Amino acid sequence: MNAGIDTGDTAWMLIATALVLMMTPALGLFYAGLVRSKNTLNTFMMSIAAIAVATVTWAAVGYSLAFDGGGALIGGLGNAFMQGVDFAPREGTAIPELVFFAFQATFCIITVALISGAVVERMRFGAFLVFAALWSVLVYAVLAHWAFGGGWLISGGTLDFAGGVPVEMASGFSALAAALVVGARKEWGRQALLPHNAVYVLLGAGLLWFGWFGFNGGSGFSTGQNSVLAFTNTLLCPACTLVVWFALDLIRGRKVTAIGAATAIIVGCVAITPAGGYVSPGWAMLLGALAALPSYAIIVWRTRTRVDETLDVLAAHGTAGFFGILFIGFFAQANWNGVSDGLFYGNAAQLGDQALAALAAPIYAFVVTFVLLKLIGAVMPLRATDREEAMGMDVVQHGEEAYVTGEGAILLLPDDVGKAAVPVADPG
Amino acid sequence: MKLVIGIVRPEQANQVLEALHRAEVRGFSMSRVQGHGGEVERVETYRGTTVQMGLSEKVRFEVAVSDSFVDKAVSAICEGGRTGEVGDGKIFVVPLDHAVRIRTGDTDEGAVTPVSR
Repeated sequence: MNAGIDTGDTAWMLIATALVLMMTPALGLFYAGLVRSKNTLNTFMMSIAAIAVATVTWAAVGYSLAFDGGGALIGGLGNAFMQGVDFAPREGTAIPELVFFAFQATFCIITVALISGAVVERMRFGAFLVFAALWSVLVYAVLAHWAFGGGWLISGGTLDFAGGVPVEMASGFSALAAALVVGARKEWGRQALLPHNAVYVLLGAGLLWFGWFGFNGGSGFSTGQNSVLAFTNTLLCPACTLVVWFALDLIRGRKVTAIGAATAIIVGCVAITPAGGYVSPGWAMLLGALAALPSYAIIVWRTRTRVDETLDVLAAHGTAGFFGILFIGFFAQANWNGVSDGLFYGNAAQLGDQALAALAAPIYAFVVTFVLLKLIGAVMPLRATDREEAMGMDVVQHGEEAYVTGEGAILLLPDDVGKAAVPVADPG
Repeated sequence: MKLVIGIVRPEQANQVLEALHRAEVRGFSMSRVQGHGGEVERVETYRGTTVQMGLSEKVRFEVAVSDSFVDKAVSAICEGGRTGEVGDGKIFVVPLDHAVRIRTGDTDEGAVTPVSR
């Protein structure tokens, strides 16, 4: 074992990395339940695609741009193609840089997958793959550098424990841009487009919560106090969001809804993401309770607009991430986090640092995503045709269906395959 | 009295419902069926097993109407179900011998005419 490596820290970070990787299929399940049955596989596959694409871009340049050196705006290329990423401890931690690399990769992956929620049911799969590759470098790696890797936010004093900037606000505001560029589904605003399986939604949210203990609990890169605090806050905060969400549902519709509960779990986990290692358990519970309010309001308001940000990534991630980042500025407590106090404990400057991040990250993510998708759209069509959208993206994009019965399916022997009827994606 | 049976694409079902509503046809039932009507078959592949899907998902509307509503119901289903491509479906109109409203025992024309509650 290399000098400076802590076996306990390393063991925990290996597990935490696996927990965070599991969050992406869990997100796929969550999203798949929220769409119509004819788009189940395509929606799930966008999350799987994020694992494929973002891992490759992360190994190639993403990790290096995020974590090599302390440049204000962007890292260097010293770790490009994983050069020098080996068993030696990552600076500032007692874990091998290889583990640090993998842990951070899982963050990039899930962030890319999150944005897919804005464009499901109509974006072409190929265009999404291209978008995922470019976004993971141009937006995720840059914001990860700002908030984690030594860039201007972290060196200026902004506290972001587990990714309020590069994960939550980045995905939320990029999702808004993506929804605006790709455009609404053709029936949006005219017909009710309902979730097809609320059980998937609840199970997906539950698995996301489970994985989030690795996401937040691992973001101290150790088994130290901040990690333990973040771990327990990841239980407390979403539970309080759930309670408040139940109350809001009861007031508004006299019934507590299942999909509302699943949404509340996500909102609570997101809110504690930036603040996990910095606020006391009591404040984490208040954070969870309060974070429900703006997200709930935006979900109710958004469905009355023309914007088809389909699965409410902005409300769940952008808004709650924004709220969590600002909350640190008020209620951070040095005797819990060992780093800094917030306004409530006499350090107003911390709120200023947090506000800066809450302003910069949404603007950067929105603008770059908007321009990036416009450019991709100039080269290839971003969305399926109306006819394809009506048939469902599963059959059109993947040639498979989620709930196939097998009745009427005729086996094609290898010799017949070329002679068979035209595949449905190309009925001309 | 006629029974109007309309078999349409599932993705057009909501349009058909809207059209029936506009035509003031109030009573009907719908079910999910699978059928084949000469449309281009889909070829799908599952882990190397390639199959030709001979049956397509369809939605079947059944509307029992008095004679004066037959044309309205037929044109509503046509209007709502049409995309112009092969596979839009069929409408069959068949004679109806007898109808009973279970709640009141009303028969025939009285049974298929909506009542105001």
